[in-house]
Amino acid sequence: MRVNFTVNGRPQEADDVWEGESLLYVLRERLGLPGSKNACEQGECGSCTVRLDGVPVCSCLVAAGQVEGREVVTVEGLADYAKQRSCASDACGTSLQNAQQWQAKGDSQTGEGTELSPVQQAFIDAGAVQCGFCTPGLLVAADEMLERNPTPTDADIREALSGNLCRCTGYEKIMDAVRLAAARQGEAV
Amino acid sequence: MSSPNGTPTKITQGSQTKGGIGESTLRPDGTLKVTGEFAYSSDMWHEDMLWGQILRSTVAHAEIVSIDTSEALATPGVYAVLTYDDLPTDVKNYGLEIQDTPVLAHGKVRHHGEPVAVVAADHPETARRAAAKIKVDYRELPVITDEASATAPDAILVHENRDDHHAGHVPHPNIVHRQPIVRGDVAQARKRADVIVEGEYTFGMQDQAFLGPESGLAVPEEDGGVHLYIATQWLHSDLRQIAPVLGLPEDKVRMTLSGVGGAFGGREDLSMQIHACLLALRTGKPVKIVYNRFESFFGHVHRHPAKLYYEHGATRDGKLTHMKCRIVLDGGAYASASPAVVGNASSLSVGPYVIDDVDIEAIALYTNNPPCGAMRGFGAVQACFAYEAQMDKLARELGMDPVDFRQLNAMEQGTIMPTGQPVDSPAPVAELLRRVKAMPMPPERQWESSEGADLRELPGGLSNTTHGEGVVRGVGYAVGIKNVGFSEGFDDYSTAKVRMEVVGGEPVVTVHTAMAEVGQGGVTVHAQIARTELGVTQVTIHPANTQVGSAGSTSASRQTYVTGGAVKNACELVREKVLEIGRRKFGTYHPAWDTAELLLEGGKVVTDGGEVLADLVDVLGEDAVEVEEEWRHRPTEPFDLRTGQGNGHVQYSFAAHRAVVEVDTELGLVKVIELACAQDVGKALNPLSVLGQIQGGTTQGLGVAVMEEIIVDPKTAKVKNPSFTDYLIPTILDTPTIPVDVLELADDHAPYGLRGVGEAPTLSSTPAVLAAIRNATGLELNRTPVRPEHLTGTSLSEA
Repeated sequence: MRVNFTVNGRPQEADDVWEGESLLYVLRERLGLPGSKNACEQGECGSCTVRLDGVPVCSCLVAAGQVEGREVVTVEGLADYAKQRSCASDACGTSLQNAQQWQAKGDSQTGEGTELSPVQQAFIDAGAVQCGFCTPGLLVAADEMLERNPTPTDADIREALSGNLCRCTGYEKIMDAVRLAAARQGEAV
Repeated sequence: MSSPNGTPTKITQGSQTKGGIGESTLRPDGTLKVTGEFAYSSDMWHEDMLWGQILRSTVAHAEIVSIDTSEALATPGVYAVLTYDDLPTDVKNYGLEIQDTPVLAHGKVRHHGEPVAVVAADHPETARRAAAKIKVDYRELPVITDEASATAPDAILVHENRDDHHAGHVPHPNIVHRQPIVRGDVAQARKRADVIVEGEYTFGMQDQAFLGPESGLAVPEEDGGVHLYIATQWLHSDLRQIAPVLGLPEDKVRMTLSGVGGAFGGREDLSMQIHACLLALRTGKPVKIVYNRFESFFGHVHRHPAKLYYEHGATRDGKLTHMKCRIVLDGGAYASASPAVVGNASSLSVGPYVIDDVDIEAIALYTNNPPCGAMRGFGAVQACFAYEAQMDKLARELGMDPVDFRQLNAMEQGTIMPTGQPVDSPAPVAELLRRVKAMPMPPERQWESSEGADLRELPGGLSNTTHGEGVVRGVGYAVGIKNVGFSEGFDDYSTAKVRMEVVGGEPVVTVHTAMAEVGQGGVTVHAQIARTELGVTQVTIHPANTQVGSAGSTSASRQTYVTGGAVKNACELVREKVLEIGRRKFGTYHPAWDTAELLLEGGKVVTDGGEVLADLVDVLGEDAVEVEEEWRHRPTEPFDLRTGQGNGHVQYSFAAHRAVVEVDTELGLVKVIELACAQDVGKALNPLSVLGQIQGGTTQGLGVAVMEEIIVDPKTAKVKNPSFTDYLIPTILDTPTIPVDVLELADDHAPYGLRGVGEAPTLSSTPAVLAAIRNATGLELNRTPVRPEHLTGTSLSEA
């Protein structure tokens, strides 16, 4: 079957999709967006977390056909999504057009010069990234929580991120990163 | 063939600061990892690639009567189906130390989930469905699941006709390796004991549960070879095992490290490497294999479950008199790292204590349970759980404070290990206990708030199982000792290639090693070492591959020590060459070129007095200076097979934990409130990464204390919980704050005085949590993990 949907602001068309394929598979193997991760493929680890019409979901549990006509944001589009949001809150407009022209900036090999969202930058700065396999899902989940709750308590952070497993860090630096992102976001307002 | 998508490339990292050792510089791969662009092995993609799928045995122990692949082969979209009969050479087994593991089962399967056949197809689902159409006729055999069944007089041999180098000295062919250690006179020392405590402990089977599944892409090459993009812990060890099975010389099996999503020991053994290469060579097409989580639980070895029998004695004034122990590790169906696990368990079974009279035996069994091998802290983790429980029992018998008792018996620099090896660098065991005890305690009844009980801070959480009723707090301490590096005479070297040249008007250093970056931050540290030694800011990390010499394994807490040491050494050799060029070009202009101690700092050649002699840009000009060199730490010796004596270890590392828990005693639910750690790291090359290692290791120890266990049915030897639904690892809600106190007492034998960091925190974390639960409940709790039924007395067994 053919599936039409929007990914990170760009219309996408996936052909020859087998009905049993997940959104995660289509993103990773058909659209060249492997940022969403495949740690469990059973909805337990959160590494494949994306926004589906704004709602964080495990993309491994979403059948590809279910996303027909809908909007998906993945970690690859997170920086732009966050920028768009901060522009929208400052009423700087034309975000839809910007979004539709989205493409990865900077040197894709080294990441030099890449624009990052506050939560992405905070994960690097706080040492919240080790192997990094949980990172994309955590970033999407943390960004969504900060959108809803700009001044989270520690208990709020733990609750919001409880669906995302990390095996390397012991979560302490992830807590630090989200606190840091919230604090920076607060300063910026 | 062309390069696949996801081929790793060089990463260049500059630094605003000096960016050398001791600074918390940020990961060079951090940006790629937060943008989703970092290519893990499961992200590899090639035009026209096929997907591989492995068919695994549905039973634990059986003869294979027949395999019928015809229906699978006839499935549209299927390109190849391979079984044992398709293996191209006489080498059909592999293994880390003992080559006992069949690439594909031959006539027999020895554990649940053993690979029997492999399929390549144009879609992963097609491959899965085709694999399901392969008909395997099994004739089941009785299963060997424990010591009693393994060593029974009529026991079936898991491996017949053993000819490995341990076969000659083990008491039974179903014992992989046995290591006794005898020192002093236990019978005599026992008479001095005023109290004697005994204990029998059980350690459950833990899984590494790295998040990035086993995966890789094998690309056939025009010269008949193959290029494998793979997530592993040791490229050259893989290569040594893969090439003979393929019938290729090692230089025709090119290996490049793809992004590795964690490892923790679980990638020391091969998983899908040979299968992917076989399918690629057979079909002439790139083949990708990615395990799902279910398969991952069958696709790698686990931490050895163990039974540990201990006896300790002490005098009334609290001095340990003797220790006897017997440690039985279940190695499962194949040897994997079992011999080394036995070596660690036996030689570290005393813990970080002074006991002169000991009688120790450790064995690993062959059974039909899942194969067990390397996991963070192996051997030492199981022992620490048991000897720390013993320390608490002794302290209680003596009416002493458990920390005071440990400090009274703590080893220090100069202590002789039970192996006869003197500990010749700092061993601040008492100090670490003092520090961890001195940390402020978390507030009592921390779950109380102005609006009543905050459920999120209570055992059971938002399940709303208590508002504080029946909740009891407990505090527990533990300390452990782990060896760093490969032991027992292993030639544990590492290789580094370092190149310095001028690029864009600036001196740039490229570091090329085969070190597997699995998340630990080795790449960060290599750049720091290069900056410190060569005075540059721009460092390029070359992708790890087999085009450079071996870097050894990313395990045993060894990479910063050994590959870090190799990078430091290669940098020093580059510096000598650079200074030689400088002397040749500029020596006549300043006498200091010949008389002073010269350093490279800030892109310049400077004297130790700080006088600038030349810019590196001018010294190097068009020249590039490159050195590739192996580096070795001090050699070790094997342990004597009868007495266990020998200078077997390179270095020891120490950590101590204090756990504070709250237990809902009515429901048996545990919430760990805080898990404080003090660890000596010798020298923190990157303090931020050191904290990450300590907190991560601590959390894996917490996991096996209260939730993590692979359950194997004792009747069938089948795995009952191969999923993240049923095998639980700590979430962010299960994990407490982990305050860390880092001590830096230099080990003069190690580069920069550093001490391997990664494993020690995994040891003491588990027994500290258990001690705290015992403190809260008054229960014995001789097994880990603790489940609710063990706390409520409703367990059907093992209560």
